Amino acid sequence: MIPTSNHQQNKQNAHCFDIIIIGAGLVGCAMARKFTLAGASVLTLEKGADILDGASKGNSAILHTGFDAPPDSIEQSCIADSYQEFISLRKKLHLPLMKTGALVLAWTDDEAERLDGIIKKAYRNQVQDVELLNATRILNKEPQLANHVKAGVYVPREYVIDPWTTPYVYMRQALVNGAKLNCSCEVLNGEFNGEQWQLKTNQGEFKARTVINCAGLYGDVIDQHLIGSSTFQIRPRKGQFLVYDTPAHRLIHSIILPVPNEITKGVVICRTAFGKLLVGPTAEEQDDRDDASVDSETLQSLRKKGEELLPALADVPINATYAGIRPATEFKDYVINHHQDKHYISVGGIRSTGLTAALGIANYVFKKHTDDTQAYSTPEKIIYPDKLHQIAENETRDWQMRGNKGIVCHCERVTEREIETALHDPHLAPASLDGLKRRTRVTMGRCQGFYCSAKLSEMTEGYFQQAIAENIKQENYNG
Amino acid sequence: MDKSPQPPSECDVAIIGGGPSGLAAATELKKLGVNSVVILEREAEAGGIPRHCAHSPFGMREFKRVYNGANYTLKLSQRAMDQGVVICLNTSVIALHKHTQLTLSTPHGVQTLHAKKVIICTGIRETPRAKRLVSGQRPLGIMTTGALQSMISLKHKRPFKQPIIIGTELVSFSALLSCRSAGIRPIAMLEKNARITAKYGTQILAKVLGIPIYYESELSNIIGKHHVNAVDIVSKKSSFKNRLQCDGVIFTGQFIAESSLLSMSHLKIDPHSANPIIDQFGRCSDSDYFATGNMTHPVETAGYCWSNGIKTAQLVYASLKGRLDCYQQHARITSASADIKYIIPQTIAISSKKNELAGINALQIRVNKALKGRLSIRSGEKILVQKNINTLPERRVELALPELVKNDANASLQLYFESG
Repeated sequence: MIPTSNHQQNKQNAHCFDIIIIGAGLVGCAMARKFTLAGASVLTLEKGADILDGASKGNSAILHTGFDAPPDSIEQSCIADSYQEFISLRKKLHLPLMKTGALVLAWTDDEAERLDGIIKKAYRNQVQDVELLNATRILNKEPQLANHVKAGVYVPREYVIDPWTTPYVYMRQALVNGAKLNCSCEVLNGEFNGEQWQLKTNQGEFKARTVINCAGLYGDVIDQHLIGSSTFQIRPRKGQFLVYDTPAHRLIHSIILPVPNEITKGVVICRTAFGKLLVGPTAEEQDDRDDASVDSETLQSLRKKGEELLPALADVPINATYAGIRPATEFKDYVINHHQDKHYISVGGIRSTGLTAALGIANYVFKKHTDDTQAYSTPEKIIYPDKLHQIAENETRDWQMRGNKGIVCHCERVTEREIETALHDPHLAPASLDGLKRRTRVTMGRCQGFYCSAKLSEMTEGYFQQAIAENIKQENYNG
Repeated sequence: MDKSPQPPSECDVAIIGGGPSGLAAATELKKLGVNSVVILEREAEAGGIPRHCAHSPFGMREFKRVYNGANYTLKLSQRAMDQGVVICLNTSVIALHKHTQLTLSTPHGVQTLHAKKVIICTGIRETPRAKRLVSGQRPLGIMTTGALQSMISLKHKRPFKQPIIIGTELVSFSALLSCRSAGIRPIAMLEKNARITAKYGTQILAKVLGIPIYYESELSNIIGKHHVNAVDIVSKKSSFKNRLQCDGVIFTGQFIAESSLLSMSHLKIDPHSANPIIDQFGRCSDSDYFATGNMTHPVETAGYCWSNGIKTAQLVYASLKGRLDCYQQHARITSASADIKYIIPQTIAISSKKNELAGINALQIRVNKALKGRLSIRSGEKILVQKNINTLPERRVELALPELVKNDANASLQLYFESG
């Protein structure tokens, strides 16, 4: 993190931005990019020490077509729009993509009867290339699946993307085009004087003509602080995941989806861009917005579920477990409210589909916003950020290149040069070990830091708010 | 780093891993007169795990005197280099291919190396928190002994001051000593059984240092948003749940073979233990690849691995001279009991000629729980070898290698355990 000097800080505080975005999660990052590239001056305020520190850090990394989204919903339209934009942008922004396709599988007769409805819904959502497959064709496609599968729907354009690089690059493009980002900056309250917002934060006051609330798990709280009430209530829904080691990546090709029920999309088996395999998530309602605990019993049952559908998983070790918290609300659809009189837009209830839909949500909000305010003048030149070290396995990794300075994290093959580059990043340096993990994959493999923690504790000294380890003073070192 | 030689494109024997067994094997091969012997070491220094053990004793077998871990590995590396072993540092093996072709990554990028024979001795690692499926949050301050010891002895850093130690294996007490050297005071050690896993008597060390051992207790939850601040433990006896304040959790032991290179290659591993599948000559399922050291028997001392390395070097030498070529048929041993953690070697090679070469002369077995009774290897109804045992998990159990004759080839042998 580059410390902002007092002088710069004061200047920032006095300046009136066109837009202040609250929250640098997936949605906040895409929003910052959209408005910045449209010519607005944008400041993003993030409560966490790093971007993507809330709900956005634990998702299942799928680029959805929206085939199963509620028809005519905001969610469906944002997904569809976002999907197109992602595909057209990804080469320019160097965003990895794995063309996996998905199979919605019925394991009981009852589920098999519901497949027809899934196909009809896909058609309504303009996803017309879905196909009903019988058990034989499914097992030909995915021979490792348990053979009690009944039937399924093949959705060829559901893909796997890199869940961290993607939003990271959105924010990076905003920043290289002039946007500002303040992390560890919590919005406490604010006032609107009819023309301008004045937001009070733990880092002082900031002014903007319009405020966009992308605060995810705290979206309703921010609404209450700023406009007195919220039209939705966040109901945190936790999802636990298992991450299987590399040999599991070879077991399936497609994303394996269940036939969804009323509450959740159910447990997914899915390869990751990082050469692993995910099983999850669960869907557990809880009051706490921050507590992403895993629990042993649930993890065991996820393992059992995974092995039931993909028996060869029994022979593959589990590398990691984690939980994400979805900012669900009492509504099925996204809740996007435009308070025109207050120059305030609230973006709430962006759940599992947020990674896919972020670009579409930003477009949706931008359109709403510019309907009634003066449009910004598009900048003369849009800068595309330099290509980062690629952390996805289907790209060329740094360990394959000259001058990489050697591998530090052996399980995930992260080089010393990649770690140094991330730590010295002038735009988006990580402020915590978690942040460094999301940028490089360090310690995320099978040994979970057995080999590389010592080297990392040395390399990251002075970079993180909370150090991995402290130096031992001579007087209490007897080694 | 700059002084370390670059890997050649060809050599006689390539050794993956420069720990005690790799260094020993390399030194022995040179002594036997093998021309080019190359160690591929992914770290910036050779030596392996003992490098981060600041404490003694190391070197009794090898040098007839006592060293600490760091000096011991320096001695071993020096001895190897004096014999003409080429040690390539910062060199990671990325993939193992057929015809003993290796893909390597170095700071200069990717290259290939072709060897006549390859010895894999990539060692072991401890089972981390994730694989144990432990409940709770995922804050800073959770690590294995290996990570802790390398932080303390290589970087002079400490990640916490009052951690809890999970497990009571020999390595758990090693963690205790390392903590002490760094001014870290563990609050307790946790053992799920009624007695410690390390040899009886080792618990005195904890007593002397004033660290309590909670028996029949398990970790049930880790608490802390940014850094560990407490753990919950449950005791089997009382189903009593207790919250203990602490700032770290050390997961010790439950060593497993670091065999991920094999699991992504054409070589076979035993999926339950992750050990490589080898025969009594240490040959893998592709017989130009050998495995040795701790990855073939998690976990033994550095000295044991060193002897292992020397033995394997002699067998690799015999193989280079074509003297193992007559051992191409195998009988397979499988375990019939869930209480057996692993048996190694899992295959026994049978000679087409009269037996003349001795390989490893004993089967090594580890168990999953305290066992008292009789172990036997059977071929159908016929008992080939048997032995009475009274043992605990993580302890070495040896059983004589059954003598097989030519018509036993492709036989399926079973390892049985009967309690009593």
